[in-house]
Amino acid sequence: MAQKEIEDIIDETYKYGFETNVETETAPKGLNEAVIRFISAKKQEPEWLLDFRLKAYRHWLTLKEPHWAKIKYDPIDYQDLYYYTAPKTKDGPKSLDEVDPEILKTYEKLGIPLQEQKALAGVVAVDAVFDSVSVATTYRARLAEQGILFCSMSEAIKNYPDLVKKYLGSVVPYTDNFFACLNSAVFSDGSFVFIPKGVKSPMELSSYFRINARHSGQFERTLIVAEEGAYVSYLEGCTAPQRDENQLHAAVVEIVVLDDAEVKYSTVQNWYPGDKNGVGGIYNFVTKRGLCRNRSKLSWTQVETGSAITWKYPSCVLLGDDSVGEFYSVALTNHYQQADTGTKMIHLGKNTRSTIVSKGISAGHSNQTYRGLVKMGKNASDGRNFSRCDSLLIGNKCGAHTVPVMESANKSARIEHEATTSKISDEQLFYCEQRGLNPEEAVSLIVNGFCKEVMQQLPMEFAIEAGRLIGISLEGSVG
Amino acid sequence: MALLEIKNLHARVGDKEILKGLSLTIEPGTVHAIMGPNGSGKSTLSNVIAGHPAYEVTAGEICFKGKNLLDMRTDERANEGVFLGFQYPVEIPGVSYAAFLKQALISKKKYFGEKPLDPVQFIKRLKVRAQALGISDDMLKRPVNVGFSGGEKKRLETLQMGFLEPDFCILDEMDSGLDIDALRVVGQGVSIMREPHRSFLLITHYQRLLDYIVPDVIHIMVDGRIVDTGDKSLALKLEEKGYADYK
Repeated sequence: MAQKEIEDIIDETYKYGFETNVETETAPKGLNEAVIRFISAKKQEPEWLLDFRLKAYRHWLTLKEPHWAKIKYDPIDYQDLYYYTAPKTKDGPKSLDEVDPEILKTYEKLGIPLQEQKALAGVVAVDAVFDSVSVATTYRARLAEQGILFCSMSEAIKNYPDLVKKYLGSVVPYTDNFFACLNSAVFSDGSFVFIPKGVKSPMELSSYFRINARHSGQFERTLIVAEEGAYVSYLEGCTAPQRDENQLHAAVVEIVVLDDAEVKYSTVQNWYPGDKNGVGGIYNFVTKRGLCRNRSKLSWTQVETGSAITWKYPSCVLLGDDSVGEFYSVALTNHYQQADTGTKMIHLGKNTRSTIVSKGISAGHSNQTYRGLVKMGKNASDGRNFSRCDSLLIGNKCGAHTVPVMESANKSARIEHEATTSKISDEQLFYCEQRGLNPEEAVSLIVNGFCKEVMQQLPMEFAIEAGRLIGISLEGSVG
Repeated sequence: MALLEIKNLHARVGDKEILKGLSLTIEPGTVHAIMGPNGSGKSTLSNVIAGHPAYEVTAGEICFKGKNLLDMRTDERANEGVFLGFQYPVEIPGVSYAAFLKQALISKKKYFGEKPLDPVQFIKRLKVRAQALGISDDMLKRPVNVGFSGGEKKRLETLQMGFLEPDFCILDEMDSGLDIDALRVVGQGVSIMREPHRSFLLITHYQRLLDYIVPDVIHIMVDGRIVDTGDKSLALKLEEKGYADYK
């Protein structure tokens, strides 16, 4: 389709509701209201959602990109990006022979089957991976029996508009911050999970099985709702390194945890970190937050090894009395990666409790900051927080920083913070190597030991994969 | 062929020369003991053989099973069959003994290009060995060397030695911090490992350990050299007179 026609379509006012059928695959570069209308039309969205996007966009225009994090990068030209690209792999490599051998080596080490390697490298559509969409379909059918909804955000908007309308933006409003606001205006797709009252999900829900979700990495939007007394464990991401042509990623995850419900959210993030010299790599600006009602519990567990830049603070708003928030994190940076990550625990209800365990490993020339906020509101009587931040340095060219902020407006609340910084000692390496471990195996073992407390929080299989991933990510950090 | 042959070995830490022309030959199937006063270089010798990066070899050679040991990395020496039982084994937080030993075996099999470890067999074997040394399953789940008594650490070193089946075992002051019971257990651990192809080098201050492990040869080390070599009676003489004669 000619550029002229595309422009015509974009410039056209939105008059067909969600009946519009646009054939073009890509919106032109840049961001304006026409592009947002194009995205919404392309996804056949209802009016209220278009309104949401447009309000977000208009607000975004009034915001400035934040620069308080300890990360450095070249300015992002927001008018030089594509904000809508339909899922396709035509431009990708034709066969595995065209894929970076370094990446293939990593797939092999992770033990990823050949068919899946092709999908991850973009050689074939991910849908072709499971010889069948049937794996996913069977999985979904089992969940549906219990009333659990698990689908892409786009499907949810079509099939469960009332639920989406009720909760979208209820935890992370579009006014929240620059990147969340941008996401609200242009989000592509993501996951939607709904666990009805009293239902405990019989299995772990993995974004991995939401096949088509893999294409929506750039401006992903995830919404999880656990109704009263419900339980779900959700896994996001996979350990295999993922490539994406889009350098800027700005995802939003919102979690609603109603009375007596519990949500466990586990992430393994391994976006392309750039090469050894710090060239390329994904910029990952993520807003993740959960709102906890009475006696509910939200637990974040993350293993972050990817991205050139990570800006991410999964948070819990402990609004209900007796609610519990947890944050377990391993962040590993190597080469020239930069990570500014941590959490926010906002205690508003009485007798609320939170735990923070953060393990940061810096190697190579990388830089890492733990940034955390623990806030006790004036009604947070007997609120408790315990935080521990441990940093491990490998070599002497990397950096680790800890910025814990504590605010308390209630005298009966208690906040405890512990922090350590250590290096892997020569004696530890010698001991391991004397038992036959090569230097890389030795470092990997010691680092995995350092992270154990967090890794234990991950579901079993995920934990094993994540352990292997840590070893691989450390390659080249010793010697 | 000798299992280990050291010729005119010189080594230093920083600017300080510690080994000053040491020579030592160990035949397969033998138990050697090195005794000597503090600072004579006994521990340096064990570290140099094992390949500790802080020690620099400035002259001499070490041949192990006919291969030049000094050309090998620490882990290669270990997989070729050199084992060092530590006086003060270092802590590795968060890594259980079982996980540690499993990784050691995986690494060894990888080094020799053998097929991977069978995890079920591994656990079975480990438990049997541990039991023989009075090590409980619970101890195997705890992190390596964290929060164990001196005696427990030495038992666990002995367990690792038995498990990895090295051809040459150096026990560096394994008797320090051991009560009589633990000494006996360690002694038995070594005794059952004695094989025609396997040799031991015991580094010790005291005659005490030698009641439990009887050496074939005793060397006296003073100021970075072997100054005397003899049989078991040498240790008894030493116990009586001390090192004065050698200074």
